[in-house]
Amino acid sequence: MISFPILSVILLTPLVAGAIIAVLPKRFHETMRQLAALSMIIVMLLVLFLYVDYDTAAGGMQYTEYVPWIADLGVAYSLGIDGISLPLLLLSSAVGLAAVFSSWHIEHRTKEYFVLLLLLIAGISGAFLARDLFLFLLLTEMVVVPAYIMVLIWGSSERIPKSEAAMKMTIFLLVGSAFMLVGVILLYVYAFPDGARTFDVTALSMSSVSGNIPYGVQVIAFLLLLVGFGSHLSMFPFHIWSPDGYSAAPTAVSMLNAGVLKKLGGYALIRIGFFILPFGAKFWAPVIAILATINVVYASYVALAQKDIKYMISYSSVSHMGYVLLGLAALNVVSVTGAVAYMVAHGIMIALFFSQVGYVYDKTDARSTDDLWGLAHYMPYITTGFMLAGLCALGLPGLIGFIPEFTIFVGSFSQFPVLTVISVFGIIFTAFYVLRMLAKVLFGKRIEKFEGIKDERHADVVPLAVLGVFLVGFGVFPSLLMDTINSGVAPLSPLFDLVKDAPMISLFQGVDIWGGIPK
Amino acid sequence: MMEAMHFSAIAVEIAIAVLMLIVLLLDLLMKRGGRRILLAYVTEIGLVAILWLTVSMYPTDGSSQSFYQGIYSVDAYSIFFKLLFLLGMIFTVFYAAGYVERMVKNAGEFYALLLSALLGMCVLASANDLVTLFVGLELMTISFYILVAIQTDNAFSTEAGVKYLIFGSGATGVLLYGMSLVYGMTGSLFFAEIAHSPGLFLGLGLAGMVLMLSGFFFKLSVIPFHLWAPDVYEGAPAPVTALLAMCSKAAGIAILLRVLFAAFPMATTLWVQILAIFACISMVGGNIMAFRQSNIKRMLAYSSIAQAGYMMCAMAAASATGLRSVLFYATIYLFANIAAFVTVAYLEDQRGEADLYNVRGLAHHSLLPAGFLMLGLLTMAGIPPTGGFIGKFYIFTAAVDAGLLWLAAVGFVVSMMSVYYYLIVIREMFRDPEEGEVMNEHRLRLPFAATVTGLVAVFFVLVLGIWAQPLSFLADFTIFQSL
Repeated sequence: MISFPILSVILLTPLVAGAIIAVLPKRFHETMRQLAALSMIIVMLLVLFLYVDYDTAAGGMQYTEYVPWIADLGVAYSLGIDGISLPLLLLSSAVGLAAVFSSWHIEHRTKEYFVLLLLLIAGISGAFLARDLFLFLLLTEMVVVPAYIMVLIWGSSERIPKSEAAMKMTIFLLVGSAFMLVGVILLYVYAFPDGARTFDVTALSMSSVSGNIPYGVQVIAFLLLLVGFGSHLSMFPFHIWSPDGYSAAPTAVSMLNAGVLKKLGGYALIRIGFFILPFGAKFWAPVIAILATINVVYASYVALAQKDIKYMISYSSVSHMGYVLLGLAALNVVSVTGAVAYMVAHGIMIALFFSQVGYVYDKTDARSTDDLWGLAHYMPYITTGFMLAGLCALGLPGLIGFIPEFTIFVGSFSQFPVLTVISVFGIIFTAFYVLRMLAKVLFGKRIEKFEGIKDERHADVVPLAVLGVFLVGFGVFPSLLMDTINSGVAPLSPLFDLVKDAPMISLFQGVDIWGGIPK
Repeated sequence: MMEAMHFSAIAVEIAIAVLMLIVLLLDLLMKRGGRRILLAYVTEIGLVAILWLTVSMYPTDGSSQSFYQGIYSVDAYSIFFKLLFLLGMIFTVFYAAGYVERMVKNAGEFYALLLSALLGMCVLASANDLVTLFVGLELMTISFYILVAIQTDNAFSTEAGVKYLIFGSGATGVLLYGMSLVYGMTGSLFFAEIAHSPGLFLGLGLAGMVLMLSGFFFKLSVIPFHLWAPDVYEGAPAPVTALLAMCSKAAGIAILLRVLFAAFPMATTLWVQILAIFACISMVGGNIMAFRQSNIKRMLAYSSIAQAGYMMCAMAAASATGLRSVLFYATIYLFANIAAFVTVAYLEDQRGEADLYNVRGLAHHSLLPAGFLMLGLLTMAGIPPTGGFIGKFYIFTAAVDAGLLWLAAVGFVVSMMSVYYYLIVIREMFRDPEEGEVMNEHRLRLPFAATVTGLVAVFFVLVLGIWAQPLSFLADFTIFQSL
């Protein structure tokens, strides 16, 4: 019996909707956005079903699909989800749905907009579904050009021209993925002899555990991957594209890029870096931890100085990625669980933030704290959105961000006590700039310019509703999120034990990386 | 040795020569200065028949025929390349008929010369000794000298022709000198005998080998032998530029691989390093120099330098997987060029020049030509879901497999950087006009044949990107049979 290929349906629904939109005549733009919304609602429902139906007790890859694809390379169209990818898939479909509704008022070149948006959503969600590294890389690279064109046409030039911001983003992501590709090819070539090769993540992981990938190769491949994923995740010093890129992008692209695409970097670091190259991960862990701390402190310091709210959020997202990196660098089950949960939390929060700022920018043409005053007098929905996102950003208990952040610190303190403490202080900066902004923009004095401004209604409320439900829901019932993730991270525990005493990079003593796998 | 004269083995070449003569005669019989569209039809029909003949000659059982005591070998490898050349020619004649009718005065000669260039390429693909190699190479190159300069009323075209002639003759001289040294040291013209001669490894033999390689590098426009490429690509009529990029280059690759693996297999350690170094220089240099070009043909010239570098990466792997990836990539690159040049040719025809100014806003009113150009460029850039991504993946996997990690890293990084200049073209086509900016609002009209060609090329580029199995199997099988 062939079971219902639910993952393929999730992957293909946006693509099919995009194809239908592409052939519709231009005058049906109302139909186009409805079709886009419909496809994302279907995806959302399917993912919710998966989330409920996934068997956390059994764990591992479930709902797997497998079709051989390019035989001589060992590539297969192979899908599956586990406790790590499922929450991220939930994130990407929620943000995708919200992004479609945030684009409800796009009137300029509507058709092209929705085709590209759906391509972007399909590629990003698909990457979380892939069990095959080749498919994963293909999907992550596929989204870059649609994102470029979207920023180019529908973006905004505030600080630098949008074409420059778009190019910067594209080239950084692509050059990053070039390193990623080399790293992946390197481990692929070593894992199996010619003829038996495969890109299947599970098989590669097993091959690595049985010692087929030499220690030196693990170390080099992990470094290459770190550069690649680091530029996706906006790790210092590869983050410089992201504030410009997010700020110039149209609302939906900012939401997807900052909310989900970025998380692909963290996800891949776990899926490839930890599962396949545990010794490489251990070797570079201190570097990641130090860069993570720089991310937290430096980016939140820069965010303090931002007047443009989109830039402020962008820098805050760079700084928040520091927590994720810190959790990953600590290499234990608790901290990695926290990091994955925080990626989900941050994705929901930042997407909500961008959607609300985008709406305000649409209505007032202003997004600087200099120009915006007292919106709470006119816009209750916007106020709710800003408050939820802002308070989540500074880690208020009861919202989605608190438990994951706390888990990260608990997990990483044993490994990097000093760096963890420094990072915790980053929250103070965050609280400072977020609260200052909220106080003025929402609760500042009433000014004449904004009299009669319209609050969100009908479709505009959907992003707030969808993202808000997860923001509060997972905040009040964190175990819904943490248990699933834990079932996915638990299989890493033997790997973490294996590398517990392996050498790390050090300034004071050389490590012989060619001397075989350390005992 | 009459039994060694299998004329059936060279049926393809004979057919091409006959077709060329028919085209020449027909041209003579037609009214001077009249329309020559009929010749395009004749050439097209003849080429399709020859394609069919070539396909039927592809050996499925690993056999190979040879002509004239083995100096002309017709194996799976040479037939694969002949198919490539024929495909390139068929598509070019098909989409360019309208262009040639308007832009080229001597259309009759144009088609005849295309066929003689094709004949040269086919001879080159089958050459199994130094003299045949030289005959094929010169037949191809001399035809191209004239093709490049065929717009006699256009100063750029003429200038390009002269440049190509001068540089090309120099390169030919170098190649000949190298061949004479190799012949002198090994005492043979046959690849198989050269391979086993110890004389090759004496000083002069090595010098000859290196000189021969530089001659081939000229054909591939590898840096630092690339100086002719930008001016020639820019000045030549667009369909000729396309042929230079896809067919002439593929022919150069065909003979280079044959020489390396049939004549110099014992010197592998030596030429692997030479190829790796020049591949690196070409990839980096070609891409960097392409950054600031505003003329699309000139940009594609630099891009083709980089593309030659990518393919040389796989050659430097000196393995069956490396060769397989070269064949795979050359095919993908062919379709990418066709897709891009359909638009470039008609931009030149209707707007005078294919540059960033003239493509401005193309996607607003002529989405189809803009789409062809975009997908062609994205394939060259190696962005999924086009076939270029898988092609590069094959190439660099082969390189890493052969221990050339550094080369693969450099290659991937510069290839991703190269997206910059491809994206600039795409940006100009898609972006909205700025305040007060005037864009050309005239639709770019493609003739029916060009639209069909573009669609077919784009179809192949996308299908091979999503379903590479058939082509990779064919390339694999070809290499497997010919080793």
